[in-house]
Amino acid sequence: MIRNKSLVSINDYNKEDYLAILDLAEQCEARPVSNIMQGKVVATLFFEPSTRTRLSFESAVNRLGGRIIGFSEAGTSSVTKGESLKDTIKTVSNYCDLIVMRHPIEGSARYASEVSGVPVINAGDGANQHPTQTLLDLYSIRKTQKTLDNLVVIMVGDLKYGRTVHSLLQAMSEFNTTFHFVSPDELKMPGEYKMHLENLGLKYYEHKDFTNILPEADIVYMTRVQKERFSDPMDYEKVKNVYVLRSNMLEQTKPNMKILHPLPRVNEITEDVDDNMKAYYFTQALNGVFTRQAIICSILGLDQK
Amino acid sequence: MMKKDRKHLSVSAIKDGTVIDHIPAEKLFNVISILGLDSIPNQITFGTNLESKKLGRKAIIKIADKFFKETEINKIALIAPTAKLNIIRDYEVVDKRQVEVPDEIIGIARCMNPKCITNNDSVITRFRVISKPRISLRCHYCEKITDQEHLEIL
Repeated sequence: MIRNKSLVSINDYNKEDYLAILDLAEQCEARPVSNIMQGKVVATLFFEPSTRTRLSFESAVNRLGGRIIGFSEAGTSSVTKGESLKDTIKTVSNYCDLIVMRHPIEGSARYASEVSGVPVINAGDGANQHPTQTLLDLYSIRKTQKTLDNLVVIMVGDLKYGRTVHSLLQAMSEFNTTFHFVSPDELKMPGEYKMHLENLGLKYYEHKDFTNILPEADIVYMTRVQKERFSDPMDYEKVKNVYVLRSNMLEQTKPNMKILHPLPRVNEITEDVDDNMKAYYFTQALNGVFTRQAIICSILGLDQK
Repeated sequence: MMKKDRKHLSVSAIKDGTVIDHIPAEKLFNVISILGLDSIPNQITFGTNLESKKLGRKAIIKIADKFFKETEINKIALIAPTAKLNIIRDYEVVDKRQVEVPDEIIGIARCMNPKCITNNDSVITRFRVISKPRISLRCHYCEKITDQEHLEIL
């Protein structure tokens, strides 16, 4: 049961919950503007800035007829006066029906959900979780592939620190996915996630570069390799151009293949890819609005019909 | 010629209290400090580097007139999961307890993730135990894993 429950981690939902959200997101896409949130107030508490995510949530609420209060960085809140997270959440939960929060400290959203009087949606807690991103990724995958089952997913870039790939791996592991991991040695998929796949009997393959695997993919999930992740800048220089997707690499790929990216993109997908039919990352961002509408409606128990 | 009398220091059985046996020898002083045995008035005797088939070298602690609460036992379980407790009343062992790591650990261990809310705010730590006897703990808050090597008792 999703209703009245906080969404802090992708692990809070099971397979049925994912599918229920995706079905509802389809309804939201069919009818993106309504008034079913009339009289409802959502607080967007962004203790660190994330313009893209905040605007996506606020667009979702606005299109459903709800109202928004909140702040977009900790500097404009009472946090600068030394107020504890607990006090901020306890106070704000008196003013709204739902809290959407982003915070740099890992586990802050779980803690907030325990002290809040209203449900909390985690819009990112440090390197830990960002579950609405995962659900919009699932929505984008199902929408483009017409199914979530038995797909081949290639994950590229920073697989060590990237929370989006970790959560997506966990969610997609419910659907008999075959994974390919493409990353430098320094940024390989952590053992704990590989063990998770092994326990489920799922296949995965690790690669240091794209080699010839692109033609096998249904989904290519790109992430950015950040310079700051390397202790030796020379190591970064050696690999920085290896994990870049270019238009001429797409020639042999499947017709149904789509390229996803959580954005912001820097240079890991060249701009000549944007015009290719297989580039899906901007539509993926639009899907984020429908998916967040669906999540908010489910938690608040609002019926789209 | 004066006969030299050898003094015997006998470690007698305790009348009432707790015997903690099968402590890995190298963990003895950790156990003493975690249980705060260095600052209680009870009569305590301990032995270490005793032969043990299971552990190689084990330690044992006898504490008179002391009976542990479950939360205290949990603390031992985290660093000495092999330990066994004998509860003594009137010289008889009335209860034997295998120290067992519980499925959930609250307020005992520290999360190894410096960015975790429990290391940045006054939040009590909470973990799911995801493997035993080689302990690894998943933080309820930041979801990171703290393994045996990095385990720090609060």
